[in-house]
Amino acid sequence: MGKPSINPDAEAGHSLWSDAWTRLRRNRAAMCGLAFLGFIILLCFIVPFFPALPDPAAQSLPNKNSGPSLSHWMGTDHLGRDLFSRILHGGRISILVGLITTTVSLTIGVAVGAMAGYLGGKVDAFLMRTVDVLYSLPFLIIVILFSALAKGYTNDFTDWLVDLTGLNRDAIAPFTSLIPLFVAIGALSWLNISRIVRASVQDLAGREFVEAAKSLGLSQQRILLRHIIPNAIGPIVVYATLTIPSVMLFEATLSFLGMGVQPPYSSWGILIKDGADRMLSNPLLLIFPSIFFILTLLSLNFLGDGLRDALDPKSAKD
Amino acid sequence: MRALLDIQDLKVHFHTRDGVVKAVDGVSLKVEAGQIAGIVGESGSGKSVTAYSLLGLIPMPPGRIEGGKALFQGTDLLRLGERELNTYRGRKISMIFQDPMTSLNPYLRVSTQLVEPLAIHEKLRGKPALHRAIEALEQVGIENAATRIHGYPHEFSGGMRQRVMIAMALITKPDLLIADEPTTALDVTVQKQVLDVIRELQRETGTAVIFITHDLAVVHEMCDTVSVLYAGRVVESAPAAELIRRPLHAYTRGLYRSNPSAHAKDEDLYSIPGLPPDLARLPGGCTFRPRNTLGVASLCLTERQPELIEHSPGHFVQNCPGCLAAHPSSAHA
Amino acid sequence: MLRDISNRLLQGLLVLFVLGTLTFFLVHALPYGPFQDEKAVPPHVMERLEKLHGYDKPLLTQYGLRLKNIVQGNLGVSIKVMEGRQVGEILGQAFPVSLTLGLIAMSIAIAIGIPAGIFAAIRKNTTVDYAIMAVALLGICLPAFVIGPLLAEFLGGRLGWFPVSGWNPRDPSSLFLPALTLGLVSAAYLSRLTRAGMLEILNQDFIRTARAKGQKGSIIIMRHALRGGLIPSIAYLGPAFAATISGSVVVESIFQVPGIGRLFIKAIETGDETLIMGPVLLYGSLIVIANFLVDLLQIWLNPRLRTAKAS
Repeated sequence: MGKPSINPDAEAGHSLWSDAWTRLRRNRAAMCGLAFLGFIILLCFIVPFFPALPDPAAQSLPNKNSGPSLSHWMGTDHLGRDLFSRILHGGRISILVGLITTTVSLTIGVAVGAMAGYLGGKVDAFLMRTVDVLYSLPFLIIVILFSALAKGYTNDFTDWLVDLTGLNRDAIAPFTSLIPLFVAIGALSWLNISRIVRASVQDLAGREFVEAAKSLGLSQQRILLRHIIPNAIGPIVVYATLTIPSVMLFEATLSFLGMGVQPPYSSWGILIKDGADRMLSNPLLLIFPSIFFILTLLSLNFLGDGLRDALDPKSAKD
Repeated sequence: MRALLDIQDLKVHFHTRDGVVKAVDGVSLKVEAGQIAGIVGESGSGKSVTAYSLLGLIPMPPGRIEGGKALFQGTDLLRLGERELNTYRGRKISMIFQDPMTSLNPYLRVSTQLVEPLAIHEKLRGKPALHRAIEALEQVGIENAATRIHGYPHEFSGGMRQRVMIAMALITKPDLLIADEPTTALDVTVQKQVLDVIRELQRETGTAVIFITHDLAVVHEMCDTVSVLYAGRVVESAPAAELIRRPLHAYTRGLYRSNPSAHAKDEDLYSIPGLPPDLARLPGGCTFRPRNTLGVASLCLTERQPELIEHSPGHFVQNCPGCLAAHPSSAHA
Repeated sequence: MLRDISNRLLQGLLVLFVLGTLTFFLVHALPYGPFQDEKAVPPHVMERLEKLHGYDKPLLTQYGLRLKNIVQGNLGVSIKVMEGRQVGEILGQAFPVSLTLGLIAMSIAIAIGIPAGIFAAIRKNTTVDYAIMAVALLGICLPAFVIGPLLAEFLGGRLGWFPVSGWNPRDPSSLFLPALTLGLVSAAYLSRLTRAGMLEILNQDFIRTARAKGQKGSIIIMRHALRGGLIPSIAYLGPAFAATISGSVVVESIFQVPGIGRLFIKAIETGDETLIMGPVLLYGSLIVIANFLVDLLQIWLNPRLRTAKAS
């Protein structure tokens, strides 16, 4: 903290983040969102390890379609599986898909946006033209194609990874089966982020501290990584928060179409599809997973909007 | 004789998250028919808020009119509802704004915007309205008015747009024109032309004008009377000729001495130290005390607010001893 | 202006080319193909089939052939799903259904989203505003496959106002529920954008000028604010149309509408390349056309763009 820096904004960063936090805390919707997200993450990632929770795969046909009770808090599905447990396990997958896919799209988006914004000229023109063209594609259609492809190679990929690492196939299969999905959605959802990053890099690249860094002879890579990207972190955080719900929605849509998460693993999208198929016989199967899913997405959106207001008061017009 | 406009003890406050901003806190001033009344002050002194509150253009909330009267031809404008105000706006009282680049609607033709007041207030539409509009443009010195009127605002330069604004404001022959820093956003060379247009039309039509500015030199070129505003209050008000001859308040004196074209040749150019006070946290007593270097700050009121008194006939000033006192070093000069 | 339009059209063609190429290679990279069946196909039959559809040639040659045929307007025949039928003919039958669905959905989105956004902006920071924005956010978070079944259950099933599923060419109301499902998401986005755009405009100086003239509030909104305030929403209509077209794939399978979407999903499941390519290019062209129209609309609405382009 006390060490000298040629980057004034980095020094000011402290007050930027603490100011933002103060503003965020005043935003009731965002704080509710944050609290609910913490709650849901705790629920999905910790509770399933408690032995008291029924096995989500344990079927019990005599018990099928039972209503909420002490032993099954949210009732059971058409095969007598505990719905609450299925929702928590499915939520884990959905949230993981959301987080990892966003990381993938963030990486691509920041790289492309930073390059375009910082290098400018022909590189910028080419990259942004590409983004324009990709924008004009029917997004969901391409994702469907991509995930059909990804789905087809899941097994090969798992085999390859088992060969490579010698890990137990059963242990890694739940995750490797998801990786193609992460890549498919992530590879296509970076467009907005790249535009945002490009704009803020262009803005920052002309500022004094970057000029100073250049005059000190720092390499371009270093300037970009150490000085520009950290300063553009505000909008990146905001759009990352808003990207998570949109990729979760994508995952659910793909799963609904049978192209996303594959059985025996389930996600909220799959639970909702199952519920929709049996809506007439047992509406709870649609209602409970939908509530979890929608509340999570709402929380993320509230938090994202709150972060935008807090980190970037200028753009907080709406 | 009754003044055309008589503002009495106007108070406009803004209720913000950081407290109550007392933008206008007890302003009184009179505008006589056919005269140009200047309002001078730094930005944030409350001069624009005073003007906007007359036409109900203060955003409410957060703004709120806390008290006072604004008698226009005997009617208190502050008591009028939106519908009644609309019979005054653009018909009896017109307004031109600081930035002509943003004050005209970029999406509509100039003609559409010019005839609008005629349609609203005189039910005049179509050809006759267009004729009046072209005439109005010619009056403010726009050449080829008949063709240019069909253009869009972005096809006009800044000075030309302000002329369009003036034409639009005067097209209904209002009794009062409020000009809110009409030349601040313009190039120096254009400023003079626009001022000439305003003054000429004022003479021709006999419209009274409230002329808001921060530039004392302009005031003397334009105005009959001047009110000097500081921190939401009138600190001094007098006929223009009287004020330049005998500025009494330390703030007025500071304004004159800091203005290159208004101050006496033998004095050094001066600048008023410090910044205008935070209107949400005004100190008690004289608000100018911290910046008073031309008077004697130690004599300024600290307990109670100074009041506006009639120092000599027609010349009003706040009776703060510190602000009225001459600085010791200049006493003999 | 003319050069701008031709640039736009060129970019549209580029989009279609990229789209087609991407689709071609993605489909050919699928680990399954249209000739596989549950039952093992005898090798000689397989060979004959592959030859018939040109699958025996090297990939790049196939690509070149497909490109040439498509440029000449020949989309080929369906390999698997509608075996042997011309893709052009299949699309010709299914397209009117999908297009009607898409257009109704867009109309619903515009009819709900834009007025709601304007209303929220006028009533900024009131309960009405908060309520509209809360519903809009909910609309963004509610996936079509949740809204769809719920609408079908309540408006269709319980209340019986609309047919629940299927498509009856003689009864346009059979498309209402699917179109509503499809349009709600775009309506939600549109209302947010419209509100933001209107708020921005209502804060402009020229609105104050209009008020100072004594103009009535409603006319200020209609004459002075709408044009500029709707520009972001209109710019979004292009992407919204793209989303609607894509989303129709989901909605058609929820409501069993016999449009292109369902064919497309079946084609993907079987790797029927020609029947994938046809819809993809059709969707792509629609989006290109929609974006182009939106561009024209924006130029028409914004005099600054208009004269800048003309000079």
